[in-house]
Amino acid sequence: MKKLSILTVSATLLATTAMADKSVTVASWGGSYQEAQSKALFQPAAANTGIEVKEETYGGMSDVRLQVNTGQVTLDIVVSGSGSAARAAEEGLLEKLDYDVIDVSTFIPGTYDDYCLGGDVFSTVYAWNTATVGEDGPQSWADFFDTEKFPGSRAYRGKVAGALEPALMADGVAPEDVYSVLDSEEGIERAIDKIRELKPNIAVFWSSGAQQAQLMKDGEVDMTTGWNGRFDNAKADGAKVAYSFNQALADYDCFAIPKGAPNKDVAMEFLAEISKAEYQDDLPKYITYGPTNKAAYETGEIDPAVAASLPSTPENTAKQLPISLEWYSKWETIAAEMYQEMLTE
Amino acid sequence: MASTDIPSTDMNAAGLRSDERLERLKLFGLSSPALILVMIILVLPVGWLFYVSFIGADGNFSLENYERMVARKSYMRIFRTTFLVSIMTTGLCILIGYPLAYFLSQLPKKWANIALITVLLPFWTSLLVRTYAWLVLLQKKGLVNEWAMSLGLWDEPIKMVHNMTGNLIGMVHIMLPFLILPLYGAMTAINRDFMKAASNLGASPRRAFWTVFFPLTTPGLFAGALMVFILCLGFFVTPAVLGGGKVIMVSMKIVSNIELFVNWGAASALGVVLLVSTMVILWIASRFLNFDQMTGGGRH
Repeated sequence: MKKLSILTVSATLLATTAMADKSVTVASWGGSYQEAQSKALFQPAAANTGIEVKEETYGGMSDVRLQVNTGQVTLDIVVSGSGSAARAAEEGLLEKLDYDVIDVSTFIPGTYDDYCLGGDVFSTVYAWNTATVGEDGPQSWADFFDTEKFPGSRAYRGKVAGALEPALMADGVAPEDVYSVLDSEEGIERAIDKIRELKPNIAVFWSSGAQQAQLMKDGEVDMTTGWNGRFDNAKADGAKVAYSFNQALADYDCFAIPKGAPNKDVAMEFLAEISKAEYQDDLPKYITYGPTNKAAYETGEIDPAVAASLPSTPENTAKQLPISLEWYSKWETIAAEMYQEMLTE
Repeated sequence: MASTDIPSTDMNAAGLRSDERLERLKLFGLSSPALILVMIILVLPVGWLFYVSFIGADGNFSLENYERMVARKSYMRIFRTTFLVSIMTTGLCILIGYPLAYFLSQLPKKWANIALITVLLPFWTSLLVRTYAWLVLLQKKGLVNEWAMSLGLWDEPIKMVHNMTGNLIGMVHIMLPFLILPLYGAMTAINRDFMKAASNLGASPRRAFWTVFFPLTTPGLFAGALMVFILCLGFFVTPAVLGGGKVIMVSMKIVSNIELFVNWGAASALGVVLLVSTMVILWIASRFLNFDQMTGGGRH
């Protein structure tokens, strides 16, 4: 009897050590976004692989910087915007991803790099109030910036990310030339000057996705820039809002592994799992952000009506300008300071 | 201070002096836990903040975090906005708070207590909730605009939020109790016979107020105004929500610098400049105003 109990105890101990070997801590941004990720990606992948997943919320790459700099890394996987991940990678805060383990052969080109693996695609679009502007709203950034053709108040981003590209397109620069024009302080100033011109008509400089939805829902402004998923949610909530993917900026959120992550190898394995089409095709059920794995569109899980509204379908991708991460890692701090000068004028 | 109250003779003067020393030592011993706490939670972190602000992006000693503030015009403008907002909020709080505190102090005790509860009521609600409540009230299709337009007070919606006006409304509302409470305390402490005596000596009500009542309330007024001003300097949520992205205060810039720059120094330098410029302003103010009065030390 005694022998048996010792056996049981050691067996249990062995089992728990085996379990502990296969565990990862994932940090995301909370809210309906993390809930969607949890339901579509984390929990099903954990069930299928036996990897134990601990979910946390975090405040972004400054948390990772603090953990890495103090040598107290507790997070194995973090969810990040593509731009902040690129800057964190330059700073040396992230582990290089192993694409022998993670299969990206069916990924949309440009939605992964050495340090960050795309998880979902979202678009920065222009949206308008269908009650005041009408169903036929602006169809290009030039329209959005044209206050004679489309009178009414605007909202625009309070930060530089995703703010300059539209201004240049409105100023007549072809989408494919936007980043080469922006590759100098004069180019950045040209974009900012275009926003200066519109500034008297910009009632609000928004700072969050929730604010975009609220501004449209309450009719505070007639047009705004923002993230497509927020407007879909606002519309489902009764807001009179429409948007277009034409000339929109395609960007992605991604998964990264902080430098010195305690379970780096398991994290790599887990990322390989959640990148598979069988998980990614469930994400649009919970939030209208598109999969980064093209194969997810072919499993038949995504309803064609839903697919049409996702930013990463081939049709919608063709209309958009993909965000250039190289430009952001080279220019963002300088451009941000220049943008702030315009804001404080 | 204490020794002047006690009659001393030559005989026991030495004994009293040693007693005094002992008492001071005891007092110091009693306050040492607080001093150590202040040391740990205030002096050390602020010292660290100073140190970090001189560390550049490459990890070495550098003045780049300060040079940036001179080179870019936006920093100067942000500091100007911060101090301007704080001064205007303090001014508006005094304009609204002083008459209100005066009214409260003249009420019978029972009514004054009820009225004070209504002053304190906003304290029981989260700052975030109150800020968003103002957004709902003041926006284009908010309650105030809708009602005023249906009553025919104005035809077009007035822009009351997402600008300086909205920010000031929100901040004054949040800060008002901080001014009213010390002011009310100072006003109720005034002996009412003083005013009667002034009238008896022939002063008009106006003259009695300005020469007798008002000077006696200045300690409370200064204490309250100082508290409001200092708290305003660090405001974040209210300008971020009600300022529409156009009212940018230092705390908001600190957050954006933490996100933007690869080192803590860029944000720390802003904290240092805010701290130093606040101390300079207070020092200048103390040369014109009696600082003892501000802290209540001038009261008899």
